[in-house]
Amino acid sequence: MRKTKVKVHPYIPNSAPEVKQAMLKEIGIKKVDELYNEIPSKIRFKGKLNIPDGIESEFALKRHVETILAKNTSCVDNLSFLGGGVANHYVPVICDEVNSRAEFLTAYAGEPYEDHGRFQSLWEFQSLMAELLDVEVVSVPTFDGAQAASSSIGMIRRYTGRDEILISDTTSPDRLAVIQNYCHPMIKITMVKHNVKTGMMDIEDLKQKMTKNVAGIYFENPSYLGFIETEGKEISKIVHKNGGKVIVYADPISLGVLTPPSNYGADITCGEIQPLGLHINYGGATGGYIGVNDDPKLVQEYPWRLFGIDKTEVEGEWGFGDVLYDDRTSFGNRETGKDYVGTASALWGITAGVYLALMGPEGMKEVGTVIMQRSQYAAKKISGIKGIKAPAIDSPFFKEFIVDFNKTGKTVSQINKALEKKGIFGGKDLSKEFKELGQSALFCITEENTKEDIDRLVSELKNIIK
Amino acid sequence: MSADIKSKLRKFHQAKWDEQLIFELDTPGERGIIVGGVEDEIEKQIGNGFANLPTGMKRKKSPALPEVGQMRVLKHYLRLSQHTLGADLNVDIGQGTCTVKYSPKINETIARNHKATKLHPWQDESQVQGALEILYKLNEYLSELSGLDHFTIQPPSGSAAIFTMASIVQKYHEVRGEADQRDEIITTIFSHPSDYSAVALKGYKVTMLYHDPKTGVPSAEALRAAISERTAAIFITNPEDTGIYNPEIPEFTKIAHEAGALCCYDQANANGLLGITRAKEAGFDMCFFNLHKTFSTPHGCGGPATGAMGVTKALKEFLPAPYVEKKKGTYTLNYNLKHSIGKVRSFYGVFPVALKAYSWLRSLGAEGIREASEVAVLNNNYLLTHIKKIKGAEAPYAKGKHRIEQVRYSWEKLFKETGVNTEDVTLRMCDFGFHLWSSHHPFIIPQPFTIEPTESYSKAELDEYLNALRHIAKEAYDKPDFVKKAPYNSVVHRINHDSFDDPKKWAITWRLYKKKHLNQN
Repeated sequence: MRKTKVKVHPYIPNSAPEVKQAMLKEIGIKKVDELYNEIPSKIRFKGKLNIPDGIESEFALKRHVETILAKNTSCVDNLSFLGGGVANHYVPVICDEVNSRAEFLTAYAGEPYEDHGRFQSLWEFQSLMAELLDVEVVSVPTFDGAQAASSSIGMIRRYTGRDEILISDTTSPDRLAVIQNYCHPMIKITMVKHNVKTGMMDIEDLKQKMTKNVAGIYFENPSYLGFIETEGKEISKIVHKNGGKVIVYADPISLGVLTPPSNYGADITCGEIQPLGLHINYGGATGGYIGVNDDPKLVQEYPWRLFGIDKTEVEGEWGFGDVLYDDRTSFGNRETGKDYVGTASALWGITAGVYLALMGPEGMKEVGTVIMQRSQYAAKKISGIKGIKAPAIDSPFFKEFIVDFNKTGKTVSQINKALEKKGIFGGKDLSKEFKELGQSALFCITEENTKEDIDRLVSELKNIIK
Repeated sequence: MSADIKSKLRKFHQAKWDEQLIFELDTPGERGIIVGGVEDEIEKQIGNGFANLPTGMKRKKSPALPEVGQMRVLKHYLRLSQHTLGADLNVDIGQGTCTVKYSPKINETIARNHKATKLHPWQDESQVQGALEILYKLNEYLSELSGLDHFTIQPPSGSAAIFTMASIVQKYHEVRGEADQRDEIITTIFSHPSDYSAVALKGYKVTMLYHDPKTGVPSAEALRAAISERTAAIFITNPEDTGIYNPEIPEFTKIAHEAGALCCYDQANANGLLGITRAKEAGFDMCFFNLHKTFSTPHGCGGPATGAMGVTKALKEFLPAPYVEKKKGTYTLNYNLKHSIGKVRSFYGVFPVALKAYSWLRSLGAEGIREASEVAVLNNNYLLTHIKKIKGAEAPYAKGKHRIEQVRYSWEKLFKETGVNTEDVTLRMCDFGFHLWSSHHPFIIPQPFTIEPTESYSKAELDEYLNALRHIAKEAYDKPDFVKKAPYNSVVHRINHDSFDDPKKWAITWRLYKKKHLNQN
């Protein structure tokens, strides 16, 4: 038994006293504390940290954290109809199998030699996304869709040299808050109205606001409120005529069946990759994508890393590397770098690549079609309940739709509380975000929500409303 | 093991599957997974689902994704994983600044619980009390480690935390009516590139302090000369990527405060300092920690990450919303912060990273955290002692002084004497199963390489890494041409870089490769 009080931690091999002594000796000092000689004593921390003692055993640690987590009710415990940015899509087991591989999980920033696989899998993410988006260039993923939207705006600002951006007023409020902070105070944001009956962009308002000072427009399709903007071509025409650029934020899981934005004039397609094989994780497993066509001037404006493919000196070998690294990224040159770049969501990018490789063209078509059919079925059934209208905006939609509870005499909050008692998470309450909709909620139907789930929701809603 | 690693080198060869690109595996008709069609009853009622969709909005041509069976997709990615050298497999100390330490497996197991993975961010607070408790307590511990009062995990990386601090600086001066006057920020040349670029994004003119050529750190005198009534804030990293602690730091914050500027502490390099010295005592108003570095969560090939950011009481109302609070025993999200900058990421931050960091902190406890820091510094100075003795290697600045958690070394002497540069050494290190990194901009130290051993690797492993460095330096003197043709035992050989900066040739996607190099559209 050791006489010393020093505890040897399994994560810290050289905390073993014998090893420590040997190392101190080689350095030529007596105590570790001497290594901190440069820190003035007046700023040395002398007290004891007010942090609980370590939980020594692995099982006790597991039990401790799991006891806290047990206080949560998850979307496995309850049936969920929540969307509004991220949603419960099915995660193929191969996605988890690959992203829990130690090699991918614990790699960081090796060279394209010993990390050849990291480069290849992220280059494949870029390539697979490019096919889905029908564009030529996609970067490695950034933090989330909100950052992708923000950086896209930064890209067209620098591209056009114009400091104002138009944003559709049906944009997700959560995302808009990120965009606003990103733009402030360098980029002026002007909101463009929508037609309250159809949800489509107000073209007259756009025409008025799309001046020669405006870098372009940002809108979401499908919108945050679920409906599909069908005037993309017309919007692009107006913006391009004035020398602006078009940014469309698109849900990638819709693109097996919906027309990719590049086909109706989008210069930049951006969005969130969470639907492509990532668990929701309390909104914490996200990644943003940006896709453009191969206009070198626009490619030059990407802030993040772009991986390229080429040959090696040995016939038949593929090699990878960074495209336009030196002056474009702030890693290469802090003064000329566009925007900033840092650790983002690479593991989720690899996972989204796995997802697309598994799904193929047929899988993406299948999942898009199922979502279209089931969400329309859900809206139809819900709308059949007396006092409820769904969708509240009468336009085609994908995955999400507004349910109008105004005539039920109940608030969304009351309805959701009642649903919760029945083991159901109802739609996201919109009454604060879009006041003009009154007591309305955004319901989300993914491929995981079966007919049985939808029928159960409808039946519980009927009981609550009557 | 065939080689005694104390005296010899590991006979390493990385896996080399000669694996194709996923697109080359395309076999029309194969399927990787079936989603399944809709129920008959729904089909009957709704039809194909596209009746109301204008024809222009229905995709006409299917995406040209490859069609590959499930096992082959799995095999493809497993092979690519074997072409990747994660920290779990090598002695990953050659990626200085990045604190590549052990990411305990128990935390991965915990984070795979559906009570974490299957939580939706718009669930009612009453349904996510466990998640909020984790965030609340993590914020408490981080506050204790920094001495600051309030933390948020919303920034999704260190760079994003820098951007968040710059946003708060701006809002702070706006509220005080001094935003127009204070349009400059001062940082240092050896700080992370984002301390320049993320700050410049907010419209600030950025001034960079240079280090004293002898001490390797900027002096308080240099700051005094640069500061003025136009300075909005200072962004200081201490130690910088050189690993040299700047003892004048309390003077820095005093000078800045006297000039009306805020003091922001980039603590990406905190791994040697936890429990040793804190942002508060050094006089900072804000700081951040990288949970994916210092707090052990895995780097994931470059994220997910978190730059947990803290502020003093005076700046609480400026934090990004929502802020996690505890009221009458219940955890809640507070959106009502008077001067909040808004948001810097969707929802609340990267929850799985916060969860793993919480678990890591609880496993170590107060004493363990301090021990981790001390051993990280011990390991670093052990390496420094030995690397200085390698012919061709140097540790510029601060001669005779100890370093904190990392050192930026130089192969300049080796290069001058043999023609072998840092890149050559780096590629030769691959042959022994190691990674060695140079530096990011600016490249002030010639032929740089940056090593940060952390607390995770044993003395025997550090010795093995040292042996490889020694061996390659000797090779450089004996047979430089051999080193310059490395790697020999890695996945691939020297890559042709010519196309990467040429718009006519670059192939950022398979689609572009086919177009530019195979003449296929």
